[in-house]
Amino acid sequence: MDQLLQHLVNGLVLGGTYALLGIGLTLIFGLMNVVNFAHGEFYTLGAYVAFAALTLAGVNFIVGILAAIVAGAALGWLCEVTLLRPLRNESIDTTMLVMIGVWIAMQNGELLVWGGVAKSIPHPFPTAPLVMGPVAIAPLRVIVLVLAVGLIASSWLLIHQTKLGRAMRATFQDRDTAALMGVSIGRVHAATFAFGSALASAAGALLGPVFLAYPSMGDLASLKAFSVVILGGLGNLTGATVGGLLLGIAEELGAGYISSGYRDAVGFVIIIMVLVLRPSGLFARQERIG
Amino acid sequence: MTALGRGLLAAAMVTLPFWLADPYYLHVVIMAGIFGVLALSLNLLLGYAGQLSLGHAAFFGIGAYTSALLTLKREWSFWPALAAAIALAAAAGWIIGRLALKLRGAYFVLVTISFAGVISLVSVNWIELTNGPLGLPGVPAPDLGPWSLRTKAAYYYLVLAAVALSYAVCRRLVRSRIGRAFVALRENEPLAESIGVDVTHYLVLAAVVSAAMAGLGGSLYAHYTRFVSPEVFLFTYTVTMVIMVVAGGKGTLAGPLVGAVLFTALPEALRLAASWQWQMLAYGSLLVLLVFFLPRGIVPQIVASFSGHPRSAPTSRTPLQ
Repeated sequence: MDQLLQHLVNGLVLGGTYALLGIGLTLIFGLMNVVNFAHGEFYTLGAYVAFAALTLAGVNFIVGILAAIVAGAALGWLCEVTLLRPLRNESIDTTMLVMIGVWIAMQNGELLVWGGVAKSIPHPFPTAPLVMGPVAIAPLRVIVLVLAVGLIASSWLLIHQTKLGRAMRATFQDRDTAALMGVSIGRVHAATFAFGSALASAAGALLGPVFLAYPSMGDLASLKAFSVVILGGLGNLTGATVGGLLLGIAEELGAGYISSGYRDAVGFVIIIMVLVLRPSGLFARQERIG
Repeated sequence: MTALGRGLLAAAMVTLPFWLADPYYLHVVIMAGIFGVLALSLNLLLGYAGQLSLGHAAFFGIGAYTSALLTLKREWSFWPALAAAIALAAAAGWIIGRLALKLRGAYFVLVTISFAGVISLVSVNWIELTNGPLGLPGVPAPDLGPWSLRTKAAYYYLVLAAVALSYAVCRRLVRSRIGRAFVALRENEPLAESIGVDVTHYLVLAAVVSAAMAGLGGSLYAHYTRFVSPEVFLFTYTVTMVIMVVAGGKGTLAGPLVGAVLFTALPEALRLAASWQWQMLAYGSLLVLLVFFLPRGIVPQIVASFSGHPRSAPTSRTPLQ
């Protein structure tokens, strides 16, 4: 029982960042119909920007995370404007191939810049865990969870309370009608991609100090983001939030009770099971087969 | 290609070890042949049936591990092990085909990636069987009756035969009712279904044949490098296959082979000039550039420019549709 509580707490910390990754991807995938295999590379980018800001520039921890968010948004915007905008009316497979190319190029670019050795990102928090009854948690993990929840809440506000959010929701429902109503589709797409990439980058900057930063960390992050999106249903913010938390907890339980070697298999199995058994996701009614 | 051209090409292929005796060049040609089999295999699914598999390294790896384990632990000889590798890879293809038969596009891709991910994790973690990350060294070289195919020249002929066989299977398949059914499904699934094409049957068939050929490639690879490790499941192999097929020309018979030769020779040629990371960086950028500037691939482009119709066909940028 005590162990279960510990696993749940650890799972929640992981799950919060998975939710960030998932929200970013579900917006890009759902709204732009782009299968963004480079999503995990923005996660890697975030971790390395945080690393550079905290070690080389020596800034405050929060500033490092903000730097990662800004860098993710800027590169995401650039990516949309140069690569995806010219292909907006092409098939989903065409843009998927382009994003696979971006994935490989970004990952090996990172490998060239930072080398293959994993980097440990410094943080200013004490390493002694906070003990609450049977559960022990490192202060860093508490901060990560709090920041992740804050970012999730801001995404909610952005989507539901701002004019841009309304334009995004309208575009998701019906792109052509939204365009007729005066929504600038180009601007909405660029904003969506920049926003989604910024969230992925934030997730990388948050989880980077918990684990390590290395060039291929984004591969698994991409696949986890996809499993969150598939769990939650395309373009579904609630689904992505709940799906992210569920995946984090499922992974912790899998690693704790089955085998730590198969931790990452949980996401793969979720993708296969959900797509085969309940292709519309656990929370949405959106059709995605055929 | 004219009959003369074909004859010259065949003659050049058959006599190749006699005028290209340098073992290094022969090695590059053998690797190009193995990747040729893999690219032909992926092309069947991607180019003809219109489904992108990003888990093809799984079928390749299953073939490699099956063949290596049977010859090492059960002391089977090469040929039955090869047959088992092909059969097991085909069975994996059948499973994926059955699982994913309702899924299209991105969702099919995700199931294939996840499948490869699970298989790769099993190869790392099931240490009693696979020896984990250390891999399986000392995979024996194949024999053919009394002769050992240990030398590069002998192995070249084995690989050449495998390429010829794979090409023949693809050609036979593509020019039959089955191939026409594949293309019909790729072009317009509801229409194909309405005229009686059994979607499930043909998609599963495409997955099985494609996986079997990838298994053949895996077995050939294992007995050539004489070493198998979880690296055979590396995503890089899948990406290399995709680039070969897309660059050479999806849905053409010669395209994957042209792509395989080009993208095996090119990295080798660049090896002195640039490190592996630079090459992969170039690969990624190249994939992007190909989609933008050469969406149909090299072979269709050459055919179009030689046939005197300067891109008269509508050059759509939707190569996978």
